[in-house]
Amino acid sequence: MAESVCRSLRDGALEGELAPTLTIKDSLASPFGFNVFSHILVQLSSQIVAGKSQSQGMVIVALSRSPSSYIDLLKMNGVDVESSKKWIHILDCYTDPLGWKDKTRKSGDITDPSNQILSSYKTVKDVNRLFSVICDLGRGLVGGSKSRFCVAIDSLSELLRHSSVQSVASLLSNLRSHEQISCIFGLLHSDLHEERAVAAVEYTSSMVASVDPFHHSVDGQGSNLGNSSRQNLTKGKFNVRSKRRNGRVRVTCEEFRVEPSGISFAPVSSVDGAAVAVAGLIPKVQFNLQLSEKERVDRSRVVLPFEHQGTGKPIQIYDGRRSLEDSNNEATPISGGKKEDSGRGEIIYYRDSDDEMPDSDEDPDDDLDI
Amino acid sequence: MEQQGLDLMDQALGFHSNKAQQQPWPLSGRFVLVEDCVDTSGAFVLHHILKRSFTSHPSSAVIFLAFANPINHYDRVLRKLGCNLASQRDTGRFFFLDMLMLQCPVEGEPNHDGLAAVFEKIERVISELSPENKKFVTVIIDDISCLELAANGSSNDAIDFLHYCYTLTSENDYALVALNHRDIYSDGERSTFKLEIEYLADILVKVDPLATGLAKDVHGQVMVLNKETQKQHGISSIKVHNFHFKIKENNTEYFYAGSRT
Repeated sequence: MAESVCRSLRDGALEGELAPTLTIKDSLASPFGFNVFSHILVQLSSQIVAGKSQSQGMVIVALSRSPSSYIDLLKMNGVDVESSKKWIHILDCYTDPLGWKDKTRKSGDITDPSNQILSSYKTVKDVNRLFSVICDLGRGLVGGSKSRFCVAIDSLSELLRHSSVQSVASLLSNLRSHEQISCIFGLLHSDLHEERAVAAVEYTSSMVASVDPFHHSVDGQGSNLGNSSRQNLTKGKFNVRSKRRNGRVRVTCEEFRVEPSGISFAPVSSVDGAAVAVAGLIPKVQFNLQLSEKERVDRSRVVLPFEHQGTGKPIQIYDGRRSLEDSNNEATPISGGKKEDSGRGEIIYYRDSDDEMPDSDEDPDDDLDI
Repeated sequence: MEQQGLDLMDQALGFHSNKAQQQPWPLSGRFVLVEDCVDTSGAFVLHHILKRSFTSHPSSAVIFLAFANPINHYDRVLRKLGCNLASQRDTGRFFFLDMLMLQCPVEGEPNHDGLAAVFEKIERVISELSPENKKFVTVIIDDISCLELAANGSSNDAIDFLHYCYTLTSENDYALVALNHRDIYSDGERSTFKLEIEYLADILVKVDPLATGLAKDVHGQVMVLNKETQKQHGISSIKVHNFHFKIKENNTEYFYAGSRT
């Protein structure tokens, strides 16, 4: 449940325990992970400003979106970014992550004195240094050793691209173990990494929220949004797996809808879900290979060409037309000319058993005794 | 310049026929990724956007990074479409960066400075633009596969370069257009590269052959996925457009499937 996830992050860490960590996982089939990330960011920020959360500050590590977009996001949602009590700091790993810009100046990491809440970070491959910078910035926000801050990483996928799985996993572990960190949440695109990388990140998280498509495609081609159903373009499933302290795992499922104003969550509408699930299971083939009842009855009535009718009348060879009485008004079939010949011969066909299916694997002509 | 009738491609890319809604350059701040395959080339989309960028607004400029073809090729193609690249270059609206011979130096590991230098070049070109031409700048990359080759096959370096180009869209509201050959990256490990770029794209234009095979009157099909992204929130709505196309001598026709007699 999105609500309970936000609550866990708001409540933060107990003394001596690791900080709760949320990984939001999405894929191209339902690329709305950032909408969920923004939603949680805004919720937690409002609670920090209102003094209702354990965190008293937030450090955003911006790798895939510009810092200004986060400032605009918070302002648009009524969160005061420029309050006198500084509570937020954005580490800009987006604008110049590798130090390519202004190479001649080689300015290195700078904290622009005029902009209190923004620092640029230009060595994104150095994860160890990133950890110490995050901790320093956080301490700068909340001060003393008893106060805590939270950390938001907007793209764990970018971090994994720049450095190894081990480095990122150890960064998350170190952050979780830090005594002043209240909670951590980050976004991961699961289809960009090997399973072991995704698993490593999931293991270091106490909550994993998957953003899944509303309808899974049957033929496996739905990895691209363009091929999937219309509903996948605005809706999806939000599956949360959270690990409790006692080891128990809780799994919840909700539906989400993406709107221009943000994202909304609702319980799964079971009627839709069941009907859709069934529809999704029916394979899309062009042929109906099953027989209806009527078809079964008609098939049992078909008279086979060389089968002994046993009605006492002289055996007539059935040449594919209906009985002679019925055939007066029909067009002459091609085989009509052969009728005189076949009328003289006899073909006796005995079925092996009464319940032998008419088109079993045995060749019925094997029993011909001409 | 007179606003011509908008075709299906224009509408799918976000051009509006209603002048009141029309932004000067609807691709501002957006990354358009064109994906094609061996069977059907998507270069015509690049040519279309290139031509549109000159006709849309008198203050627009184009920075063209050519990894795949020399300038004569584009000159010939655009001339057929009614656009003179040479005169655009003379008036300071078209900058052609010939990357055909670019090979990033190898020093044991791929040298990041190779592509960093290319980006520096782009920044220099932008800084030297006249103020009125700086407003609506489009950066076009043809194509990403050749860019990766120039980076000695390092997909990470190629993505870093694309990321830096992408920051131009968010920081300066420029447009970024790039062509990628989808089928090179269709299997297993290599598909991650394609997916990374698809995540980055705001508008995805997929060019495919017809499922039924070659045809004289229809050369292929296009799917345009336009993520109406509010950069703050992420994706707020997605519009999908599907139509067919036929490439003719002097233009490309776009029409809905089945509407051709």
